[in-house]
Amino acid sequence: MVYFILKRIVQSVFVMAAVAFLAFSLFRFVGDPVTQMTGVETSVEDQERLRDELGLNDPFVYQFVRFTHEMVLGDFGFSYRTRQPVANMIADRIPATLELGVVALIISLMVGVPAGVYTALNSRGVMTQTILMTTLVGVSIPTFVIGIMLIFIFGVQLGWLPTFGRGGTVHIGNWQSSLFTIDGWRALLLPAITLGVYQLTLTMRLVRAEMMEVMRSDYIRFGMARGVPMRSLYYKHALKNTLVPVITIVGLQFGGVIAFSIVTESVFQWPGLGLLFLESIRFVDIPVMGVYLVVIAFFFVLVNLVVDLLYVAIDPRLRIRDVHDGLPEKI
Amino acid sequence: MLSIKGLTVKFPSRFGDFTAIEDVHMTIKPGEIHGLVGESGAGKSTVGAAVIGLLQSPGYVAGGTISLGETDLQSLTFAQAHELRGDRISMIFQDPQTSLNPLMTIEDQLIETIQAHSDVSEATARKQAVDLLEEIGIQDASARIKAYPHQFSGGMRQRVVIALAICTDPDLIIADEPTTALDVAVQSQVLDLIQRLAQERQIAFMLITHDIGVIAQVADRVTVMRNGHVMESGETAQVLGTPKNAYTISLIDAVPPLDRKIDRFHVPKEDGIASAQGNMAERWLLEGQRHDLTGLSVENLTVAFEGPRTSLFCKPPTYVALNDVSLNIKPGSIMGLVGESGSGKSTLAKVITGLVTPQKGVMNLGGAALPAGKSRSRHHLSRQLVQMVFQDPYSSLNSRHRVGDILAETLWFYGFIKDPTERKNMAASMLSLVGMPPDAITKYPHQFSGGQRQRIAVARALLARPRFLICDEPTSALDVSIQAEILNLLKDLQAKFGLTILFISHNLAVVRQMADDTAVLRNGKIEEVNNTEALYENPQHEYTKSLLAQTPVMPPSWGA
Repeated sequence: MVYFILKRIVQSVFVMAAVAFLAFSLFRFVGDPVTQMTGVETSVEDQERLRDELGLNDPFVYQFVRFTHEMVLGDFGFSYRTRQPVANMIADRIPATLELGVVALIISLMVGVPAGVYTALNSRGVMTQTILMTTLVGVSIPTFVIGIMLIFIFGVQLGWLPTFGRGGTVHIGNWQSSLFTIDGWRALLLPAITLGVYQLTLTMRLVRAEMMEVMRSDYIRFGMARGVPMRSLYYKHALKNTLVPVITIVGLQFGGVIAFSIVTESVFQWPGLGLLFLESIRFVDIPVMGVYLVVIAFFFVLVNLVVDLLYVAIDPRLRIRDVHDGLPEKI
Repeated sequence: MLSIKGLTVKFPSRFGDFTAIEDVHMTIKPGEIHGLVGESGAGKSTVGAAVIGLLQSPGYVAGGTISLGETDLQSLTFAQAHELRGDRISMIFQDPQTSLNPLMTIEDQLIETIQAHSDVSEATARKQAVDLLEEIGIQDASARIKAYPHQFSGGMRQRVVIALAICTDPDLIIADEPTTALDVAVQSQVLDLIQRLAQERQIAFMLITHDIGVIAQVADRVTVMRNGHVMESGETAQVLGTPKNAYTISLIDAVPPLDRKIDRFHVPKEDGIASAQGNMAERWLLEGQRHDLTGLSVENLTVAFEGPRTSLFCKPPTYVALNDVSLNIKPGSIMGLVGESGSGKSTLAKVITGLVTPQKGVMNLGGAALPAGKSRSRHHLSRQLVQMVFQDPYSSLNSRHRVGDILAETLWFYGFIKDPTERKNMAASMLSLVGMPPDAITKYPHQFSGGQRQRIAVARALLARPRFLICDEPTSALDVSIQAEILNLLKDLQAKFGLTILFISHNLAVVRQMADDTAVLRNGKIEEVNNTEALYENPQHEYTKSLLAQTPVMPPSWGA
């Protein structure tokens, strides 16, 4: 068990190193940082002096090591555009994106899992066919169209919900949260639904497919044969077995939700990481882009680690260590 | 107590209703073990599923009555029937690996089942569960009950399954192939347990199996089924000893006897292997015998695998699959290799074919040293001379290739025949040699039955012009009558082409019919090697004796 976690952490370090290298290459090879920073009137000597001061004349490997070292220490450099430390810019934007992503995830799970179970247990019902059809339409429409449609219906026509921004926010330490005001929730709802629709459909279809598979398995049939109450069979036996593969996909998807919230954030002018990234691209703000890359990779790695741990929590067959602590493996 | 009258089950399909079983009559008294025997597709399991009310959708009972005591099972609503399941009827499934929920402890599963049918507290239910496990032969039950299913071995797991089935004190248990997935030693223990429960608790058992030996050993009465119809029914000794129905007779004939060797199995309709179309392949094979009879010897083979890693700092424990194995297979003979699952039978086959590299030991094929594992080059002659027939004909043929392509590939690969049309002809001819219609070359593997597929697999092996054939459980996935045909075929081919065969099986009776010499393998060690007749008549080793004693057979007095 411990060995397993350590192994995963070591793997993660390698992944992060590779991503850091990519981010560094972006810095180093996409355009010349000195010409980006200085105007036309800066003399060649001054440029050369700046280059020297910034250490851009040092060997490549040395520069990369320094870059990684500073990253680890939390020093992400300065933005070309705003002249602020990138670390602060990212830290300001992370709460918005995380809250949006988590709420989208919760919506998709709260609707997707029950809908998946329902459609699996009543696989031929009219309701099931309706749900499947609707969600199929749901995934086929691009995210931005869904966003715009929601804005049009709930924001413009009905005027129930705001169409952009985060609404009222509360500061808790450095964390700017919109989860503690009604206004904040009203602003959060539309973008979260937009972002969660795809994930919802995927979760539902996955739960449905897995659940139908599990319901055909021998242990469920054996449970039926010995008269275990149907409620327990569905929700205790079958659902838990369904969750093992579902968690993997949902976990991977969550990384994706955080990373690709760009479209939703841009439609709703949501001040999160995605919007920051878009702005940075527009101004060729390479330091921000590089750090964004690293932060997103870090999320992916973290989520995958959590998924692995959840696996072990759910499936006793993976807890090899326990077996050897207590009982012999086979008797 | 259980009485089935005129039971008919149909499965609706696009092409009209398919009748799975028709007009089945059966009664089972309390404490009686009623065997239900037949080959695959006979409808045995459908009878069991109909009784317990769990027919696979869309099947339905089209006629007849099933009653348990005074209760008419047909008239119950789903809720009533579900209430009755477990309480009065329960079931044991074939594979203990898959019939327990892997994510729940044994304790939770037992307590849940007990509480579903009787109004007892959790503590009482737990006590009942522990007592039951003790009774069923699980030692230290109060600690073991906290374990998950994967922490039990196969036999123990089947005991847990039985405990789950009887924990609510049912009147009738439907046991669907309860010992098929188990080794003989475990099988005999589980059968003993079933017998004991029938006597002590007066539970009626419907024992569904394809194994006539099992029926002969434990069943009081037996019903023989074929294609959904009852062929014969009565006292076990009478039905198996003096069968009246033609099908029962042929079924019993196809069962390989353990106590004597017979030359050929009686098979109702057998296509002789030397049909005109097969002549070409036969001549081709005979002229390809550049090499004389090829024996094989292995000396001091040791294979160890790394086990699962348990700690960061120590090396993972090794699992010894083969321990100092030496074996000499005489040229042109059949060597039988028997042993329980996990004894290393298949590992030995893999070492010989070069798929696994042994840590120690040397091999010798037909007088020349045989390099082990990766040091054997891709073009080494042995890769052509040694061929394999696998256990599962469903997964050993590429389902996306036509049979003709599967067979011709071998000819192309070894460069035997350059012309594609000739390759096709040779493949067709080889198919008729193994008793298949030559037009099979244009079809896909899924269009054939298990027995036919195994013939295709044999044809594929022969097209490499092998001198040494490894048959790894070639008939254990097949029905007895099909098994008899395949074994006859292998014997004929061996005699005709002078093949040397390593015949791996867990079925001692089959090995006795096939092998000239037999080796008994246990935990990676060879316990005994001898001439087959000598070994079966006069086993030297305790383990061999116990294997022979535990194999279920018909009592010789019934004289089949």
